[in-house]
Amino acid sequence: MSSEAKLKPGKARPALTLGLSMQIAILVIAVIFALFPVVWILSAALNPSQSMNSQSVVPPLPETRIVVAEEAGVLLEIAAPNGSRVERSAGTILLVEVDGERKELRAPKNGYVQNIRLRVGDSFEPGEALYDIGSSYLINFDTLFNTERKPYVRWLLNSVAIATITSFLVVMVTALSAYSFSRFRFKGRRGLLMLILLVQVFPNLLAMVAIFLMLQQIGNHIPFFGLNTAGGLILVYVGGAMGINIWLMKGFFDSVPRDIDESAMVDGCGHWQTYWRLIFPLVRPVLVVVGILSFVGTFNEFVLARVLLRDKESWTLMVGLWGYISDNFARDWGIFAAGAIIGAIPTLIIYLSLQDQIVGGLTQGSVKG
Amino acid sequence: MATLLQGSKAKRSEFSTRSVLRLAATYLGLAVLDAMALYLVYVFALDGVWELAITIGVITLLVNVINLRGDLYPLRWISPALALMGLMVVFPIIYTVYVSLTNYGDGNLLTKQQVLNLLAGETYLPEGGKVYRWNLYQNAAGDYALWLTDADDGYFFATLGEFEAVRSVAAGDDLPEEYGGYRQLDRGEALRASREAQELSFGTAALQIGIAGRKEAGEFAQRYVYRADEDAVLDNKTSALFYANYETGQFENDDGDTLRTGFISGTGFKNYVRFVTSPAISGPLARIFAWTIGFSLASVVSTFTVGLLFALLMQNERIPYRKAFRTLLIVPYAIPALISVAIWKGMLNSNLGVISNAIASLGIQPPPFFIDPGWSKFGILLINLWLGYPYFMLVCSGALASIPSDMYEAAEVDGATWWEKFHALTLPMLLVAVGPLLIASFTYNFNNFVIIEAYNEGGPPMVESGTLPAGHTDILISYAYRLAFGGGRGADFGLASAITIIIFVLVAGVTLAQFRLTKGWEETSENV
Repeated sequence: MSSEAKLKPGKARPALTLGLSMQIAILVIAVIFALFPVVWILSAALNPSQSMNSQSVVPPLPETRIVVAEEAGVLLEIAAPNGSRVERSAGTILLVEVDGERKELRAPKNGYVQNIRLRVGDSFEPGEALYDIGSSYLINFDTLFNTERKPYVRWLLNSVAIATITSFLVVMVTALSAYSFSRFRFKGRRGLLMLILLVQVFPNLLAMVAIFLMLQQIGNHIPFFGLNTAGGLILVYVGGAMGINIWLMKGFFDSVPRDIDESAMVDGCGHWQTYWRLIFPLVRPVLVVVGILSFVGTFNEFVLARVLLRDKESWTLMVGLWGYISDNFARDWGIFAAGAIIGAIPTLIIYLSLQDQIVGGLTQGSVKG
Repeated sequence: MATLLQGSKAKRSEFSTRSVLRLAATYLGLAVLDAMALYLVYVFALDGVWELAITIGVITLLVNVINLRGDLYPLRWISPALALMGLMVVFPIIYTVYVSLTNYGDGNLLTKQQVLNLLAGETYLPEGGKVYRWNLYQNAAGDYALWLTDADDGYFFATLGEFEAVRSVAAGDDLPEEYGGYRQLDRGEALRASREAQELSFGTAALQIGIAGRKEAGEFAQRYVYRADEDAVLDNKTSALFYANYETGQFENDDGDTLRTGFISGTGFKNYVRFVTSPAISGPLARIFAWTIGFSLASVVSTFTVGLLFALLMQNERIPYRKAFRTLLIVPYAIPALISVAIWKGMLNSNLGVISNAIASLGIQPPPFFIDPGWSKFGILLINLWLGYPYFMLVCSGALASIPSDMYEAAEVDGATWWEKFHALTLPMLLVAVGPLLIASFTYNFNNFVIIEAYNEGGPPMVESGTLPAGHTDILISYAYRLAFGGGRGADFGLASAITIIIFVLVAGVTLAQFRLTKGWEETSENV
């Protein structure tokens, strides 16, 4: 067995190819397990047919289909001109008259109207080509951005705004507190730090009923911070993020030598100037990382957002995506997939690019634990 | 100068160049905060929402004291954080305790004071009151007014806020097209507008006129009067006296009839007693509790085992592209949980999902991942494994790297086998480092609402729970959520809060045990 090499990397025995290839095989299977859902959702997003049942791993080429008349008739009106997008089968393309009756010709599937071959007043025979329906790999994204019932772009902007403001406030407010805890010695300091840690044991997700009721009452009088508002949600997020971040930041501030601020004090700087001009810029890289992680955490938060935001217009991205899951999931699968990918991208990029810092933080925590 | 004490440093800073500006900013900020807080305290006190009035009052007072007293200078820096934590974390916890001791829920959503305020605004048409025929008028701004004709053909005009006897038009004459800037609506317009106008109260506060029927309008009178000495509400219409019943949170008369709106009242430990006494609650709750523990344990064990396995494999330096493997293996960790669960939900979909289809193509009936309780739980655990193993892979990699290699050399000299070394050396060393994280992961999964909710909203439903919205895959927190916000059946915030308190106690117990086990308190104290 290759166990020696595994546990003691420094002193590798001669390779036991069977063991090594088995290990590699296990890892490859593990990667397939890890990545298959990702590949699957990518393929769903690019698949021009939105529904789940016609999905394959390699999405079919977007094809152009010629739509042929079934009966003879006369074209009365073009409801959707060339280039318009048709959602599912709901979009009416042409209004025609067949046997003296008005009829709507609907698009057979999700796509773009192309090349309408008739003009108003023209008559057509059974089997005659009427227009083409084209598609594209990106049609799910197009639908995602242009469905009024589900204002995805609005949700995305809501999420970005809420997460940006939250992480900015979290960094600013906790940095202030951390500076004080790190630089001042005052009565009750230890007790306060412990209290903050203790309170943090209860995530504010647990108190969602109480928070909901509280915001309801506040909203009766100050609508800006009530239910259904970004203001209220941001307050809840910022309040909930205080404890752990104060501790984290205090650690960073502690790592800045006190000589720096003492010499500044000698030069006549007050605490505020020392903090703002000297210490803050020094710890800024760390603050940025804390801010980014806080952004991601807020961006992905779903439970409180769902409890507190009731109107579709005020939803965040995650709440909106949940809406896709809860109704017509299988039918809107492709659109959901497109939305999910966009929703996952910020987190994915940040986690994979900050990999080493996160691993460092995690392992440090574990070793210290 | 450098020898000055902290306190005097703070004092000195008050005289520095920018101090005047800063002081002004402080006072301005405090003034704005105080104005807002005072307003809230005032309106909440009027509503009888005392808990919020007091909380906001106390927090504001503390912020003021901290910012105005020089000797509390260090706390000034912390005051924004303390205020936010107080309002958004500490208060909700206390408030949860309070709500769990009340009947807060649908039918009892308002405080007694709010109900009384609401009742005070209700009016009725007294039987002996004056009755008019009405015609509807409207001005350019869209406000309605009523032209009133009494039984003696006397004319009156009532706008929103004014009431006058009309003198310019003789009794019995035709109604004017226009009067005082208001235009008479024709029959069709009046019919369309009448629904909206019916909601309005015309005339002055003392003499309220409202539309009572297709033709009649009448003088309204206040319907309910609260009598503080009897703690009862008098219904002027029926002369019935409704006494406040704090057991049920209703105003009740002697016949047992109640007013439409109930109020929030303390019911003591009733919600907790219901855990034990009500079979529809206790049965499902016991099962939900068992599954919460089982789910958390199984999640921790499975993610840790798989994560450790991968970490051990990655230790081998002869494996090519280790960094790439690691990056690919942590991808599940980097995808938002909600989205991950949704993707899996799609893949497991019984009719159309890729996994179900693959199983079906082998000639096997695909398992009912969302209908059968057992398979639902399996699906959830599978997904949670996918979501959670990268964390333990990363953590274990770090911990393994920190085990000194000379220990292995010593073991080798003794002729230990791979298993002996793993069992006697690697695992114990690893558990010392990772143990606290295992417990943290347990408490995290204990409240892992997202995966349960996104997978199947706790379903399939538990039949035994009757009207309560319990599901087979519900954990405590998701059940509390469903009780509070489940829709369909009315919200029961009281019971939901009681369950939340149970979770609080359990989580606190586990955390305390963890601190005991790892002597975490001492370590953290050292870091202070």
